[in-house]
Amino acid sequence: MITDPEKLNTILVTDCGSTTTKALLFERRPDGWRQTFRGEAPTTVEEPVADVTVGALNAFQEVQELSSRQIISENYAGQGTPFLITDGAPGQGIDLYLSTSSAGGGLQMMVAGAVKTMSTESAERAALGAGAIVMDAISADDGREDHERVERIRHLRPDIVLLTGGVDGGSKVHVLEAAEILLAASPRPRFGETLRLPVIYAGNSEAAEEAQEMLKAKYQLSVVSNVRPTLESENLEPARKAIHDFFLSHVMSHSPGYDKLLKWSPVPVMPTPAAVGNMVQRFAESKNLQVLCADIGGATTDVFSVFRDAGGQPIFNRTVSANLGMSYSVANVLIEAGPSKIARWLPYQISDSEIRDRLRNKMIRPTTIPQTIEDLWLEQAVCREALRLSLDHHRSLAVGLSGVRQARGIADIFSQKASRYELVDRMKLDVVVGSGGVLSHAPDRVQAALMMIDGFALEGVTQLTVDSIFMMPHLGVLCEVNPQAADQIFIRDCLVKIGYAVAPVFNAKIPDGTPLAEVYYNGERLGSVHKGRVLKAQMPMDQSGELKVQPLHRSVNLSGEPGREWRNTIQTGHGILILDGRNRPIEWASEGSELLRRQVEIFENLGLVQR
Amino acid sequence: MKQAFTPGLCVSGGVTVRKDRELAVPGEILVREGDSVEPTQVVGRAQLQGELLILRLSEQLGIQPDEALQGLKVKLGDSVSSGQIICEHAGLFGLLKSRYLAPRDGTIEFITERTGHVGLRLPSKPIELKAYLGGKVISVTPARALRIEARCSMVQGIFGVGGEQHGQLQAIAAPSEALVDEMLPAVAEGKVLFGGHSPSEQFLKTAAERGAVGLITGSMDDKALKGYLGYDLGLALTGNENVTMSVIITEGFGSIAMSERAHKLLSSRAGQNASMTGATQVRAGAIRPEVLIIESGGAEKKGIAEGDGLQIGSKIRIIRVPYFGLRGEVVELPFEQTKIETGAYTRVLRARLEDGRVVTVPRANVEL
Repeated sequence: MITDPEKLNTILVTDCGSTTTKALLFERRPDGWRQTFRGEAPTTVEEPVADVTVGALNAFQEVQELSSRQIISENYAGQGTPFLITDGAPGQGIDLYLSTSSAGGGLQMMVAGAVKTMSTESAERAALGAGAIVMDAISADDGREDHERVERIRHLRPDIVLLTGGVDGGSKVHVLEAAEILLAASPRPRFGETLRLPVIYAGNSEAAEEAQEMLKAKYQLSVVSNVRPTLESENLEPARKAIHDFFLSHVMSHSPGYDKLLKWSPVPVMPTPAAVGNMVQRFAESKNLQVLCADIGGATTDVFSVFRDAGGQPIFNRTVSANLGMSYSVANVLIEAGPSKIARWLPYQISDSEIRDRLRNKMIRPTTIPQTIEDLWLEQAVCREALRLSLDHHRSLAVGLSGVRQARGIADIFSQKASRYELVDRMKLDVVVGSGGVLSHAPDRVQAALMMIDGFALEGVTQLTVDSIFMMPHLGVLCEVNPQAADQIFIRDCLVKIGYAVAPVFNAKIPDGTPLAEVYYNGERLGSVHKGRVLKAQMPMDQSGELKVQPLHRSVNLSGEPGREWRNTIQTGHGILILDGRNRPIEWASEGSELLRRQVEIFENLGLVQR
Repeated sequence: MKQAFTPGLCVSGGVTVRKDRELAVPGEILVREGDSVEPTQVVGRAQLQGELLILRLSEQLGIQPDEALQGLKVKLGDSVSSGQIICEHAGLFGLLKSRYLAPRDGTIEFITERTGHVGLRLPSKPIELKAYLGGKVISVTPARALRIEARCSMVQGIFGVGGEQHGQLQAIAAPSEALVDEMLPAVAEGKVLFGGHSPSEQFLKTAAERGAVGLITGSMDDKALKGYLGYDLGLALTGNENVTMSVIITEGFGSIAMSERAHKLLSSRAGQNASMTGATQVRAGAIRPEVLIIESGGAEKKGIAEGDGLQIGSKIRIIRVPYFGLRGEVVELPFEQTKIETGAYTRVLRARLEDGRVVTVPRANVEL
């Protein structure tokens, strides 16, 4: 297969998800790279098939039928590579095959460290950034008894354990205690019963040798640099790299059928979230933007962000809310948010018990789809709450570390919160990207826009986009070979630019209905933001022009500085402009009927229901 | 052209069921290939490793790790009894001795020099594996697992709670009757009750108190489930709930009559013993709760849900609002995607409901 970007013309990429394997064909056309055909098939990692390549071949077959391009070699009989490799003949074969994977629940890790808000949190960031689900984080100060920690590790059966603790040159005791716990638990790996469980040691470098002595007999051990070498700095890359290496050598290669799949591609298979993270990072850094991206699936919600830290450096973060989702995990959203928080987003009345029963039915029959508009709105209300909760989770972990070195003893490190600051600043956010069925496939793009505005409580002026067909994993792995092609396809075929949200923060004492700001596109007035109302305006579609938002009150904050005008050159995309005057945090009506009236008015103003 | 997958639950007699039974840890399988087993028979035994206690000697005695090591009265691999001295430290001038005593019986598994900690492994616990399904052992994996086969009547539910149970089937209500306490038998010891729909929390608790080991019904509301379990269930991953009566619903949450077909099949086996489990796993490789009643002889039939694709004339039930719980027959299967009320385009079918109405429904919202 070819990997030289100059020679590539046709690339087939799959994402082997937990339930569906999605194959996309990328082709170089006279006007550049485009995504051209798509096929999908159920993922086949479970019995009776238990071979991921069967589902992948079914997805290839669909692409082949739709594109009329011969992709699978006629001579393929289950051995070697199945592809017809392009030999210059047009309409024949492919040049390269790539894949990402989250099948079998994705990469599942545990992290263990000394202090919850320090080494353990750094370890969590390293694991999440590598695309893992962190099943649990064990630390000396997590309030659990030793036997509870041991039982937890044993019960969860992680794919990989990341062991951290202590700054370099600091106390060795806590990290060695964490090693003791791990030793006592003796967890079995999820796949490959005869294998030793991979453990990555990324703690105090001076305790590495002793930890190695303790663990090497029972575990496949890799020692890397400390993720938290000092109190105020992190070094996550070596641990992330070790996670990727173990993912390929121990997790992927022992998952059903992956031994074959890994041989089909010259490029390592990436964990799906790591590929999405790749794309988010690349997009943010190449355009110098601060980006927030959420992928809301059936079982989990992933949140990715790139925000600049106090020193102006872009910092990438990813979190996964493992039990917040739209189908399998929908009842968890119900439990965490409560029915009243879901109902507040609806333009119709529904009892708590009806919400509970409907969502439980979605939980037990996750593949059903809403048929009535009211049922659709209920799912979209759940989405808002799942986004809100997962962003709360993300904000708690996406933190910057202060650059001031402070002399602290080991007794002080349990109260180190002062050295952390939140990175996510919605007022500074440039672009939000929504992904996952409920956002990407919302029948009306305004619905997707409103879900993101409400769920994330966006502030200031923010571009609203969605991933058209959940293409970011495919583009993330394509980046490894041909980043220019990935960029082109991302902008042209992946990112659907819905429009912009204008959501000022202002003094709550301003009376309802007061105009707060005026909005202009290329000098032409489009409308005003009014306190307490959500309105829609239309810009020309698919244009580049200047958007200007002029505050009408000195407390109106659109950019971090109250009273200051916001002005920028924008791409209008679908041209939808949503003018949100509900303030932040959103000022909710205290009385039920008024809450409902306002929600109905919003849906009417945005054209989501007929007046 | 790929065929759309339409899920369905098995409700059928004459089904050959094979069950894999596996010990959690290697142990001993007590039966041989070809043996006949009863549902409650113990077919495997193993010893589950005891939990490990970390004895923090230096912290507990207020001494340095090296002092703790010097005072150790045990060594690696020693068996110790509860109350036995693990460590003794002589304080000021050797006068004030402090001691650390073993909190439980166990074996010394590790001693860490750096921390002064000792690992005490508690004795292992015996675990037993029951057959669950009465039938013939068709294969044995030594020390680990076995497979049992039997010809059964089988009813799968959509959701359940509680683990494996075995009891005598007894009808308590017709499919469309809402369950009320008066329907419960005064003594329900060892019974698997079935029928009706919408039991209250109190009904469930009373049935369990009267000794019932299982209930199969049409539906229940979320509130009754929460009340019965004592907590809100977040994921449809069940089977380990701490309840004495397992519960299976055949239709879903809310107030929906029990499946006529399931009720009829169970009624035809009333008085016989059934194995059942509420274990449900709604993930890839879904596990649905089930009731199994062993049949003696008779011809093997194909499970109703197995292999039958969606076609004109297929009997369906609708599993989402606005027609949730209604049954009908497929009269048309349009090939093209159709716009539905939400504005989405999806593949649909048209079905004639039992009341004569012909309705359009997304194919994703029906079960066979």
